[in-house]
Formats: sequence, C-alpha cells, structure tokens
Amino acid sequence: MSAFGSYFYNIFHSLYTVVVGMKITLKHLFQRSVTIQYPTVKKAIPERGRNRLFVNIDDCIGCDQCAMACPVDCITIETCKSTPDVDLGMTSKNTKKRLYVSQFDIDIAKCCYCGLCVWPCPTECIVMTDVYEFSEYDRHNLIYSFANMTADEITEAQRKLKVYDAEQAAKKAAAAAAPVPPKPEQPAPPIT
Amino acid sequence: MDIHSLLQAVQGFLTNEIVLAVILSSLPLIFVLIYVLFVLYTEMKLAGHIQDRVAYMRTGWHGVLQNIADMVKLLLKEDIVPDKADKLFFRLAPYVTFAGSYAAYAVLPFSSIYIGANINLGLFFLVASGSLVVIGILMAGWSSDNKWSMLGGVRSAAQMISYELPTSLAIVIIAMITGSLNLQEIVKFQDGGIQNWLVFGGSLPLQQKLFLLPFTIITFVIFLVSSNAEINRTPFDLPEAESELVQGYFTEYSGLRFAMFYLTEYTNLFTVFAVAVSMFLGGWSSPFGSFMSGPVWGIFWFVVKTYVMVVVQIWVRWTLPRVRVDQLMYVSWKVLTPWLLFCLFAVGFILVI
Repeated sequence: MSAFGSYFYNIFHSLYTVVVGMKITLKHLFQRSVTIQYPTVKKAIPERGRNRLFVNIDDCIGCDQCAMACPVDCITIETCKSTPDVDLGMTSKNTKKRLYVSQFDIDIAKCCYCGLCVWPCPTECIVMTDVYEFSEYDRHNLIYSFANMTADEITEAQRKLKVYDAEQAAKKAAAAAAPVPPKPEQPAPPIT
Repeated sequence: MDIHSLLQAVQGFLTNEIVLAVILSSLPLIFVLIYVLFVLYTEMKLAGHIQDRVAYMRTGWHGVLQNIADMVKLLLKEDIVPDKADKLFFRLAPYVTFAGSYAAYAVLPFSSIYIGANINLGLFFLVASGSLVVIGILMAGWSSDNKWSMLGGVRSAAQMISYELPTSLAIVIIAMITGSLNLQEIVKFQDGGIQNWLVFGGSLPLQQKLFLLPFTIITFVIFLVSSNAEINRTPFDLPEAESELVQGYFTEYSGLRFAMFYLTEYTNLFTVFAVAVSMFLGGWSSPFGSFMSGPVWGIFWFVVKTYVMVVVQIWVRWTLPRVRVDQLMYVSWKVLTPWLLFCLFAVGFILVI
C-alpha cells in the first residue's frame, strides 16, 4: 500500500479499534464482578490446608517428637515424670500416659506451617486446623500455651518426684549395703 | 430592632450589586464542588465494573462516602515543599491552574437566563484561559526540583499547545456556521429540537444541512479527541503517566495542593465537555423541541448532556492504552489539523453557495 493509502488506512483502522474496544468494555461493564467481598464472604479453604496448629493436650504423652521435628524450633515442651501412685489416664489410642506435660508452648509467629510436627505424633494430638485469621496486636500474644497445669501443680509434681527419687535411691543404697543371701538370677528391677 | 427593618436590611444587602455579583459568580463554584463528588464516584464505579471488579463497598453504602473520605485525607496530609524547589512558583502553581480552568465557567451557558458573563468573545476567552492552565502546569513541573516532574510538565505543555490548534479550528468552523463566538448565541441558534443541533448541521435550510452534515460530524469527533488531549486524559495522559513518571508534573505535591490539581482535572473535564455540548449538542435546549424546555429545564439538559459525555469519556479512558509522545504529535499535526482545515474549506464553500 502506498504511503498515501496507508495514511487513510491507519486513521480508519484506529477509529475502528476504538469502537471495537469500547464495545468490549461495555460488555464487561454489565458483567458480574469477580470480587469476593472478603470479611463478609469467605472462600472455602481446602480440607488438608495447613493453617494454625492445635494441640489436644489430653492426648499428649510428652514424647517431644514434634519439638524435635520442627525446623524453626517453635515448640517448647517441658515434662515431669509422674510417680507410680498417680494415674494420669489413657490417651485416645489407649496407651498409658506417664509424663506430666508442664509446658507446651508453640510460638505461632515462628511457625512456618510446614506440618512436619503433625506426622511424628504417636497420638495425633497436634493437628493443623483451618483457622487463618489470628492476628494479634502484641506479638507476645502469639505464643500459644497448651499445657493446663497450674504453677502449684507443677511444683507439687516436681516435689513428689524428688521425694520418690530420694526414696528409691535410699532403698537402693540399703539394698547394696546390707548383706544379701545369694539368689538365683533375677530380672533387673523395673525402672520406675 | 424589629423584624421589618431586619428584613429590609437583608433585602438591601442581597440586592446590593457587589454582593449579588459575588453570589451569582460563586454559583458555578458550588456546582463544581458538588459535581466533582458525583463524577469521582461515577468514575471509580465505572472503572471498577469495566475491569470486572467492584470498587469501594465499605465507606458508606457501596462507597458513596469514599470521595469525602479522600478529600478529608488530602486535607489532613502534611504539606511538604521540597527544599530546593522554587518556593514561590511551587506554591502558586496549583492556584494558577485552577484559576485558569475555573475562569472558563464564566462563559458557560448553563441556561437561557444564567450565564456568568455574556461576552461576545466567549469561545476566544475559553481558549485563552486554557492556556493559563498550560502555564500553571509548566510552573508546577519546573519548580519541583525533580527531573521527572519537569519532563512531565514540558510534555504536557507541548501536548496542550499542539492540541489547541484542532480545538481552535473546530471553534472557527462553528463560528462560521453560527456567525458568532458568543456561546449563548450559539446555543440559541440550536434551539428547537434535536434536528437543529449543530452536530447535525444546525438550523439551516435542509439542502445546506445535508451537505454540511458529514463535515460537522467530523468536526465533532475531532473536537472530542482534541479536547481529551487538552485535559490530559487517557489515552493522552502522558504528563501524568502513572507508570512512567509517578505522577508526572505533580509528583512533589501533597495534601491540599494535590487536591487542587485533582480538582482542576475534573473541573477541566466538565468545561471541555460543556463547551462541546454547547457548540454541537444544543447546550441547554431540549432535544424534543418545546416539550420539557424552559429556563430551569435548561440547566437540567445542560448538566445531563455534559454528564453523558463525561461518562462516555470515562468509558474511553478505561478502554484505550496510552499513546506515545511521537504518536501524540503525529495525531495532532498530521491527522486532526489537516482534516479540520479541509472541513473548514468545505464548510466555508457550502455556506457561501
């Protein structure tokens, strides 16, 4: 096309594109918007999505597996042995609980939501829920404590443990000091 | 002091010439301020729905209070004047720009009984006050100590000056057909119904009108395009190209000064489309002839027609991408001006024969 012809072609072509463009925008003007108005309408999140952690402390046996699995060390667990006269109950998997869990803190601000703590748990007490709206104004409020022992209970349990340990040590010492008639091979005494 | 003498004093005060002049001349200002709220809301909602999204649902019902919130925010912002900026011009620029665009309201015929200043050179005055806007923008761009603002200001000046030519030529064509530069006369020429509108040839004998029709339609389209460029709206918004120059010539402005520029943009928008409506689409006259016409209906028709044109412009804005600066100059000098010159000769020829 000559330069003269292309001049006119350009003009009419550009006018045509303007009109075509306006037709498209008009169509979009009357289409439904795709916005989801968030706080009033929430999208469903996937069933296996990894969001805030939850610990069912009644099932926790204090094995420390989740704390060891955590890549960012956000779980802090402290346990205390219980004495044989205390019955701590059974977990949901019908195993006996033997440890008091005196501290179970998860710093959810550090948590990277990888889910690596969920798999090692023998009783499946630590799970990822579907809660994703848990902002706080103070970051210290993001340290979640799941243990439910009061300070008095903890000191009491530790005291009982000390007493029991002392008793056992005394018994052992007495058994070692006193002359004992030779006995046939016995199995090792059970660890208390 | 009894009620009678109080009423007399109030009446005397209101009919005092100076007071009356001040009140009547501030009516367009009140109109502008109210109109800006409406057009800002329209623009944001139209922009949103064209882009398949909703815009602002939370401030007020469906966002009606958003503009007021924006204005309040702009008022409360810190007023920063850059250290190395030319302080006098930096402070003066928004007001010069707004004065230039607001001065045009003096000659807009809102109705058959209300026109701010019925001067015989109305259209000429409009073009001249548009140039004042150019000065304001140059001042703003140059005095902010910022390379990109300067670029934006200079680009804007080049754009506005080169698009004043097609605008003025279109005005000359209209002046030839109607024989006057007075906007009130031009609108009166188109009174009587939609067939008398200048875009369809004006109230001339039918033969002449048929010949004039293609040329007036071309003139109308060219006038719309060049007035879009005059007011720096997309697709011609190089001076405020948001992705390139941050905000162009008003990058360094904040708070109330920015609000003045923003106000100027929407004031200008109304002005150029009001001029287009007055010149081509019949101004305040009703398209049905004598049905729904009268002095008060005049204001209604004027505002409605301009508003429809503004909505069309917003629609175009959210359709088209920006033109390059060389394409901009090409369009102005090599397309719009030659076609208008051709129309000028053709219209002159038809009117003479």
